[in-house]
Amino acid sequence: MSDPTGPDATAAGIAAAVAAGEVTAQAVTEAALARVAARNGLLNAFTDVLAARALATAGRVDARRAAGERPGPLAGVPFAVKNLFDIEGLPTRAGSLINRERAPAARDAALVRRLEAAGAVLLGGLNMGEYAYDFTGENAHDGPSRNPHDPSRMTGGSSGGSGGAVAAGMVPLALGSDTNGSIRVPAAFCGLFGLKPTYGRLSRAGSFPFVSSFDHLGPLGRSVDDLALAYDALQGEDPDDPAQAPRGAEPLRGLVEAGAEGLRIAVAGGHFARNGDPECFAAVARAVGALGAAATVEIPEAPRARAAAFVITAAEGAALHLDRLRERPADFDPATRDRLIAGTAIPAVWVMRAQRFRRWYRERVLALFEEVDVILAPATPCRAPALGQATIVMDGATLPLRPNIGVFTQPISFIGLPVCAVPVWVDEGLPLGVQVIAPPWREDLALRVARALERAGAAGCRAAP
Amino acid sequence: MPADLPPLPDDATLLALLDAAALANGIPVDPAWRPEVLANFRAVANAARAFLPFPLEDESEPAPVFRA
Repeated sequence: MSDPTGPDATAAGIAAAVAAGEVTAQAVTEAALARVAARNGLLNAFTDVLAARALATAGRVDARRAAGERPGPLAGVPFAVKNLFDIEGLPTRAGSLINRERAPAARDAALVRRLEAAGAVLLGGLNMGEYAYDFTGENAHDGPSRNPHDPSRMTGGSSGGSGGAVAAGMVPLALGSDTNGSIRVPAAFCGLFGLKPTYGRLSRAGSFPFVSSFDHLGPLGRSVDDLALAYDALQGEDPDDPAQAPRGAEPLRGLVEAGAEGLRIAVAGGHFARNGDPECFAAVARAVGALGAAATVEIPEAPRARAAAFVITAAEGAALHLDRLRERPADFDPATRDRLIAGTAIPAVWVMRAQRFRRWYRERVLALFEEVDVILAPATPCRAPALGQATIVMDGATLPLRPNIGVFTQPISFIGLPVCAVPVWVDEGLPLGVQVIAPPWREDLALRVARALERAGAAGCRAAP
Repeated sequence: MPADLPPLPDDATLLALLDAAALANGIPVDPAWRPEVLANFRAVANAARAFLPFPLEDESEPAPVFRA
């Protein structure tokens, strides 16, 4: 296995080495902190580095092992979280200027506590688009997250620092949030695996919200096994999250090696076979070739679903931020503010109609899963754009870049389906992403197919230069 | 099928709607922001027109707590 203190170490490899006494959590943490110190000046992934806390946490992991206790399934694994997760002692800035004047969080977010209970070591908070209303990873207050594969390019967002930190080898795991694509987009642009679980699966307690109807949390990593390991540690009911479904933990790490054999896998056609650059569809074709999937399914009314997600997002986001828009509109990132102000004028009947359409759409899409087990689709319509890029050409039309990065992700998160974004490389250029979409509560199917693609060499991570 | 929607109002009408909403909500909008706010609202209005004409049964209720 690789050096557990090195930049390409996996979470599983580190945890095994720490549990076996081959390396200490402290040594792993010190090495990760050194990588952050060396690379963050360029990549701008971390907004807060908590060296003292991390070393203290690592010391406790080592002490548990020395006392003969099990150090946990993520023993000594360094991780970091998008800065909308509460971190005790820090104001939860959520990418904003305004929120950094909040009182420091009194306790860690639920998912941070779960990972640390499993032995993982929090290194700090990560850059993100303001209030998560973003697909680029750019931020007017903290500067842009930069793509480790080409620092002149976007990481994607809004979990931009999460993508950058993992792709650069600073940490093997990061947590992000995904409302309309904010885990899957940076996973695609940075060449990572990212899991957006079923809506209501993981606790959102202690995270700063954006659009309650669509907000999800989940992990990004460099292998399917690492996602499974983290996801199993993240699961569990939490009375502090009223939107969480009453469903116990369903561990899946032992299931993902089952492979894709016997699964009915189809490719999304129509909307998901146009509106993007040819290499996005080449990435899907690569996955299809590796899996032997041949069928095509039509996800009905996907453009309307995307439009409805767009309207609900603007309205719920505006409602959330109404007081701040009244009191401090000049302190927002202009790109966020102007959309939120527009959102305050949306008629309620449009929003309710969008929610009613969502019900219709959900029923039609769920019916597809009577015929297929997993659906493949591109994650983004392009590779990582240049920082500052404002437009994109889609099917010959020049369109605003920001909203259109989510053209393939929004219709899926709109109804909360679990998705694993897998990194696919079709040439020596930048990575692309493929969405592996499963029925509700079947994260195991998405990860089984992702693992089959990884094993076949059709999906995987490459070291950043 | 629902009745056809009227054409999207012109910019002056949309701006009047935005100004009224800002006034009602107590949001101070710098005049320099209005073009971008308008562009964003027009994008929302166009998106809404993608699904507003779509026929739905009266029984298509949104779930109070959405369950995937």
